[in-house]
Amino acid sequence: MIPISSYLVVSALLFVTGAIGVLIRRNALIMLMSLELMLNAVNLSFVAYARMLNDVGGHVFVFLNITVAAAEAAVGLAILLTIYRTKATVNVDDLNLMQH
Amino acid sequence: MFVDFLIVLMKAGVVIFALLNLAGLLTWAERKQSAIMQDRIGPNRANIGGITAFGLLHPLADGIKMIFKEDFIPQGANRVLHTLAPAAALFPALVVFAVIPFGDVLIIGGKEISLQVANLNVGIVYIFAIASLSVYGTMLAGWASNNNYSLLGGLRASSQMISYEVSMGLSVLGLLMIYESAQLNVIVQQQGELLFGFLPKWGIVLQPLAFLLFVTAALAENKRVPFDLPEGESEIIGYFVEYSSMKFGMFFLAEFVEIVVISGLVTTLFFGGWQFPYLQADGFHWPFALGVLHLPHGLVVLMQVGSFTLKVLLGCWILLIIRWTLPRFRYDQVMRLGWKMMLPLALVNLLVTAIVILLVT
Amino acid sequence: MEVFLFWIFAIVSVACGVMVVLHRNPMNSAIYLVVTMLCLAGLYILLMGAFIAVIQVLVYAGAVMVLMLFVIMMLNLREETLRREGRPAVWVFAGIIGFIVVLRLARLFPDAPADLAMAPDFGTIEAVGSQLFAQYMLPFELTSVLLLIAIIGAVILGKRTTP
Repeated sequence: MIPISSYLVVSALLFVTGAIGVLIRRNALIMLMSLELMLNAVNLSFVAYARMLNDVGGHVFVFLNITVAAAEAAVGLAILLTIYRTKATVNVDDLNLMQH
Repeated sequence: MFVDFLIVLMKAGVVIFALLNLAGLLTWAERKQSAIMQDRIGPNRANIGGITAFGLLHPLADGIKMIFKEDFIPQGANRVLHTLAPAAALFPALVVFAVIPFGDVLIIGGKEISLQVANLNVGIVYIFAIASLSVYGTMLAGWASNNNYSLLGGLRASSQMISYEVSMGLSVLGLLMIYESAQLNVIVQQQGELLFGFLPKWGIVLQPLAFLLFVTAALAENKRVPFDLPEGESEIIGYFVEYSSMKFGMFFLAEFVEIVVISGLVTTLFFGGWQFPYLQADGFHWPFALGVLHLPHGLVVLMQVGSFTLKVLLGCWILLIIRWTLPRFRYDQVMRLGWKMMLPLALVNLLVTAIVILLVT
Repeated sequence: MEVFLFWIFAIVSVACGVMVVLHRNPMNSAIYLVVTMLCLAGLYILLMGAFIAVIQVLVYAGAVMVLMLFVIMMLNLREETLRREGRPAVWVFAGIIGFIVVLRLARLFPDAPADLAMAPDFGTIEAVGSQLFAQYMLPFELTSVLLLIAIIGAVILGKRTTP
């Protein structure tokens, strides 16, 4: 049998990977995808704890979390499309209108 | 434990064997049916030693031809995705059949075998989850061909598919509310009960509008006529223009397997699945308390499986007839139908079902 | 059997998660993310969350990632504009720090076995639904408002304003 801490270690690894992706990558699309990876890691830890504490409330929260992530992905991608139409780049380092 | 695993494996093997063979037969049936409807003979040349067998050797000839053709990957295309896309298109079509029951419990030597590969608690939601995965095969095929026109075809096809997934899911919710369960074997068993004493409670009797919406949405998901502008045989470049030999064969086969799957789903949800009218587990129970006719167990199971097969075949035949009767929709008409007509209708159906259930109970 | 499945799902999901972050082309990253989400759905099934597993496949892998793939295809980035980001030293340093963070976190995880007592209908549609519509009704209604706002926002932002 697999102890619950194994699932939590997988969740921690995915979360840290997503965080590194958001911080180091400069391509806006990959930053959004790393953000989704972090949300997925949190969902996994919620489901693991729900199993341990025998509480379905964890599953309900994962359901709502997936919904919020979907809404955020939609709006984030729409913003990205608008930026691409005006500045023709998806690199967040180039989105700098301030004076040097 | 090991015997259970072996039984599940055997059931899965039987289901996939039947599905693939039926899909192959459907290619022949489509050509013969279209020939009959258009007053010509159809394919009858493929023969073995002079015996043509009504053109039944043509699926075999098609398969051999496709295997022997040259298999190329266009220059500059993404090799992994180009090879992966046909598999991603065929996999969801085959896997959906895992939750469809094709018979009641079969008792062999004291061991009960339920004639359903996997009895999931989340049966119907599983079907929609796997159907939503079938968009990937189309999109990846359009992208991985390194061809502007096939990319546009892939985008057309996938936006049509995701538009009609919504209506497909909403139209089945009314059924979920009536039968109060998402498990498909419970739904099929509840369709054996009688309404007003003589009418079987099939899905089409209780939810006719949902039946029409579901069949239309499933046809649009499958990209069949009248919704086949993404492939658009002779008008416009489709998303599998850069595919040849067995990869194209897999797309072709996936489309026909999906016809069988649509027919199986419609049978299970709306036409009573394996239910034969008035047939219970121990024989016929005639309505109006006319009596009971007892039958042996093997014969009952055989009649149930036969009834399911007959209904699926009838459904496939009707879908083939629809293809050769209707002209194809324009793309903006397809989108308008999906979002502005079918989605409100599905919501109205849900509302009316809820009100009726509230008034009846 | 369960041990075998857990190791396969865990290793594939972490490996594909790392590939999401490392790849140059957003298209390949998106495909790896889809595989990660499918492996996570497998892990949810191992944790007796059948409903959440199919919802993950239906919503996340089947709709959100399709949306992202759509946008990636529409943007159609050329190969020259995709630069290799971050010097290798930065990646190695980040990897080491991340690993240390995971090790420190692992010390805090509870020591519970996996075959704990649970309700017979744990994770089924009925269980999640009865909690969602009774106790968590307010968050449910609020997320419906949130989705409406997101739809309106995405449509307005995505419209092409013809000059």
